[in-house]
Amino acid sequence: MHIAEGYLPPVQAAAWFAVSTPFVIHGTRNLVHQVRGNPDAKLLLGASGAFTFVLSALKIPSVTGSCSHPTGVGLGAILFRAPVMSVLGTIVLLFQALLLAHGGLSTLGANVFSMAIVGPWVAYGVFVLVRRLGGGLGVSVFCAAALADLATYCVTSAQLALAFPDPDSGFVGALAKFGSIFALTQIPLAISEGLLTVLVVRLLTRVSPQELRRLGLLRRPATTGGVAA
Amino acid sequence: MKSFGRINLLLLLAVVALAVAPLALGLGSGEEPFTGADALAEEAIVADHPDYEPWFSSIYEPPSGEIESALFALQAALGAGFLGYYFGVARTRQRLRDERTATGDTAAD
Repeated sequence: MHIAEGYLPPVQAAAWFAVSTPFVIHGTRNLVHQVRGNPDAKLLLGASGAFTFVLSALKIPSVTGSCSHPTGVGLGAILFRAPVMSVLGTIVLLFQALLLAHGGLSTLGANVFSMAIVGPWVAYGVFVLVRRLGGGLGVSVFCAAALADLATYCVTSAQLALAFPDPDSGFVGALAKFGSIFALTQIPLAISEGLLTVLVVRLLTRVSPQELRRLGLLRRPATTGGVAA
Repeated sequence: MKSFGRINLLLLLAVVALAVAPLALGLGSGEEPFTGADALAEEAIVADHPDYEPWFSSIYEPPSGEIESALFALQAALGAGFLGYYFGVARTRQRLRDERTATGDTAAD
């Protein structure tokens, strides 16, 4: 989902910066607020960032014969809500733009919008929705993480289609083209990301039930101290 | 307890299977099978808009594929290292909590 350095016309690159900046500022405030209000959460927050770090470094082959990588933003969005992930996602994208020539500074605004803003909001929205509809924790986490991953790549496809409409078929044709490169490739990866996020949340229910209860993921049991499965 | 571990193992195996299947089935095509989707998008842009000139280039570019993969490995290692640290700390903390409740000392949480 990384739009390469220089591959967005200057006006559009600037526009994506303008759109993303308020989200990242709001996210930073939210992050500071959450850490102040709950210093214990710092470690779990770091772990959420670490999860994004690992997953976005893993390039995995897909059925389309190309490779892509998950984003890992779903976990943090489910635990700490979407705004926090706009900050952690931006850090990851900056690291990759500066050191790996992956993505870029000129396209950072656009990449932040897809991976660090839309992804986390989709994750959080889907998680709340599936929970309300009566889905269990595992199912909700899976849907949230997988759809966030997929949504990120759909946004990238749309961003590129806007910037580079097809000479014959315009935006729609370009959307289909970039969609087949990104979104289609991403389907099995999104499933993988969903499964991995479920795995991490399952392990967290074992080792950090208190934190998950504080964050509202687990309901308070009648007796404390028991090992929730 | 047993089914907890078994389900986790199944989740992990499913992820591995999803990653290995395309390789095992030989789904890669073209000159360089399993290229990055990012690079394919770049190629598609160049193919349809040959007159587009990227107007900005990376400040730093890893000098070789080896250096690049080293930096990717570093990124993954930093993340995985911290995750491992977190689970180590959290597991120990949880065990101490459990021991405390077991001995009846409920004051601390």
